[in-house]
Amino acid sequence: MAGVTYREALRRALDEELARDDKVFLMGEEIGRFEGSYKVTAGLYAKYGPRRVRETPIAEEGFVGAGVGAAMLGLRPVVEIMTINFILVAMDMVVNHAAKVRQMFGGKVGVPLVIRTPAGAGAQLTAQHSQSLEVMFAHTPGLKVVAPSTPLDAYGLLKSAIRDDDPVLFVENLVLYNVNGALPEPGDDFTVPIGRAQVVREGRDLTIVAHSYTVRRALTVADRLSQHDIEVEVVDLRSLRPLDAETVIESVKKTSRALVAEEGWATYGVGAELAARISRECFDDLDAPVERVGGAEAPMPYSKPLELAALTLEDKIEKAARGLLADCGLLAEA
Amino acid sequence: MAEEIVMPRLSDTMERGTIARWLVHEGDAVHEGDVLAEIETDKATMELNAYSDGVLLRILVQDGEAAELGAPIAVVGAEGEDVSGFSAASGNGDAAAADGAGETEAAPPAASEAVAAAPAPDAPAPPAGGGTLKASPVARRMASDAGFDLRGLAGKGSGPDGRIVRVDVERALAGGASAAPAAAAPPAQAPASAPAPAPARAAAAPPEADTVIEPSPMLKAVARRMSESKAQVPHFYLQCEIDMAKALALREELNAELADEGVKLTVNDLIVRACALALRDHPQFHRSWIDGKLYQHGAAHVGVAVALDEGLIVPVIRNADSLPLRELAVVARDLVARARSGSLRQQEIEGGTFSVSNLGMLGITSFQAIINPPEPGILAVGSVVERATGVGGQVVVRPLMTVNLSVDHRAASGADGARLLQTVTRYLEHPLLLLV
Repeated sequence: MAGVTYREALRRALDEELARDDKVFLMGEEIGRFEGSYKVTAGLYAKYGPRRVRETPIAEEGFVGAGVGAAMLGLRPVVEIMTINFILVAMDMVVNHAAKVRQMFGGKVGVPLVIRTPAGAGAQLTAQHSQSLEVMFAHTPGLKVVAPSTPLDAYGLLKSAIRDDDPVLFVENLVLYNVNGALPEPGDDFTVPIGRAQVVREGRDLTIVAHSYTVRRALTVADRLSQHDIEVEVVDLRSLRPLDAETVIESVKKTSRALVAEEGWATYGVGAELAARISRECFDDLDAPVERVGGAEAPMPYSKPLELAALTLEDKIEKAARGLLADCGLLAEA
Repeated sequence: MAEEIVMPRLSDTMERGTIARWLVHEGDAVHEGDVLAEIETDKATMELNAYSDGVLLRILVQDGEAAELGAPIAVVGAEGEDVSGFSAASGNGDAAAADGAGETEAAPPAASEAVAAAPAPDAPAPPAGGGTLKASPVARRMASDAGFDLRGLAGKGSGPDGRIVRVDVERALAGGASAAPAAAAPPAQAPASAPAPAPARAAAAPPEADTVIEPSPMLKAVARRMSESKAQVPHFYLQCEIDMAKALALREELNAELADEGVKLTVNDLIVRACALALRDHPQFHRSWIDGKLYQHGAAHVGVAVALDEGLIVPVIRNADSLPLRELAVVARDLVARARSGSLRQQEIEGGTFSVSNLGMLGITSFQAIINPPEPGILAVGSVVERATGVGGQVVVRPLMTVNLSVDHRAASGADGARLLQTVTRYLEHPLLLLV
């Protein structure tokens, strides 16, 4: 089945899981009659009713906490947070409760909770509404964090997240919702395992590692550089925790060069983590230090030119890639 | 304060050494001058002496393990000192070359000293320790796997500040070290700006084999030096036949007279003597091309190639032109015997100004040899064979020996080589000249 949007892929996964398991229910602001701020839950309230698709007040700490409690008692809540920026209000529930309950209850109680939420920037939503905070959660033991970049992975990973017995932060992206891609037939029971990265383009000269929407930008950069006889390998992490470093390391052992690109800030970011692992595992394979590129280290400005300058856009990734390749004698100065 | 002992430079061509064995243990007291270990270099086994008093606190490179020049191999200090900060990989190693480089012997002639100090062609002064050569880890690993000397590219890599990177090594391995890296920086943005021709990328798949053998340091050194010579030295070859009847007769007579004294001349001794005298007669030939300059040699130091089970070694008969034949024979015999037993000293295998390689005893009638840089030439000697030849209009049978002279065309011309060979022939065909 071709031409399904990322949004529709999520909706289908939710629909099929709601139908498969009556312990699954949805919670969030405006997800019922209004069908969600980004229409991911379109049609589900009409189909499953208010008991399975529950609308909440604007009180993230309260409804994430309710989700933790429901999960501890055996249900499988899928909580929507309108954007990842608002999860900060519920941080205690996520980091101090969802992430810790299984260990603190001696393994007797788990928290099979999914928190769905879009990250990302680019619509002049300014400093408080343009963040990519997934690294904060990937930093936390006890949580799983996934951030798919295609409709297929969104579909397969959301199903895996709902069936997982531990809390999963499911990071979407505002710009990805309208991206198209193929999905399997409904009866296939297709899933994508959590914790597996994927090489989405093969190359010999440089590995670019990314997640979520940045994967698409990396692929564009790979296209551009291929016109200069540079073959870029692109690794889509898909999961940030557990982190599939093995796939990255295997790629870097082949290419000798690594660039990590992310929409969030690079300091203490995904690139920092991967640079450390690559340096350790690929020390004798590296031709240059691991390069990383992320958003400007500043609160996101409102001004459009400044916003564009702050984002991890294709040009910024390409510039970093060219600099790295130039240092390795593969391109003239970037 | 605890000090690192680093892998010293024990020969001109040495890049790394292998600890044959430690003669002291951790915790032993050591005194300046004590022999601490035996180190196998690319050519010989040498002793490592302590250069300060103290206690051997820690051995960083164990028996049988190798270390780069300047890499720390042990730590000496006061008893009980903390040595946790030292590791085999952490060398700052600057002391390495300063201690012992190029000072193995009182200088022979000026030219030889220049030869001894000659680094790889076009290389700036080689870095003292491994730590100061700028090369990416993968470049180092590839070079190490291929037995390729990165110092030849030092400072000329394509990376920042001349860092040697992967493409530099790929190009060097694909096209010989002569491929100029970083040359001709292509214009920015031009599509042609990505260099790295296709062949450079194709990593050669290892051939099928029953077993893979790790070559000895000596074999690696021979392989590298021979490859460099063939790749970088423009060889040309001159061949002639020498009538050895009188030389053989003279040898027989002398050996009969000297038998009681235990002296035995070989045919090779006569040839070495002839070459040494010819080199003295032809200073025009007797010089080395090093880094765009000619180094004139005075005394003739003639190397004699000795085949070993594991590799090849060329001990040098120093001042062969001024040694009487009898002494030359004694010296040569001693050197060859010690070459076979592995007990040559470093200074006995360096500083040659010419070499002789003889495969006659193995039935080879004619062959061409690879020059041992920076020597200007090498004489490849075949067996003495009785053959019909024309003399004064008559066909007669004579004992003929075919020799091939390989010449570095940068150092000498065809005529220079021909004159040398002519003189060698004259000495051997009128061997009494070897005695006066």
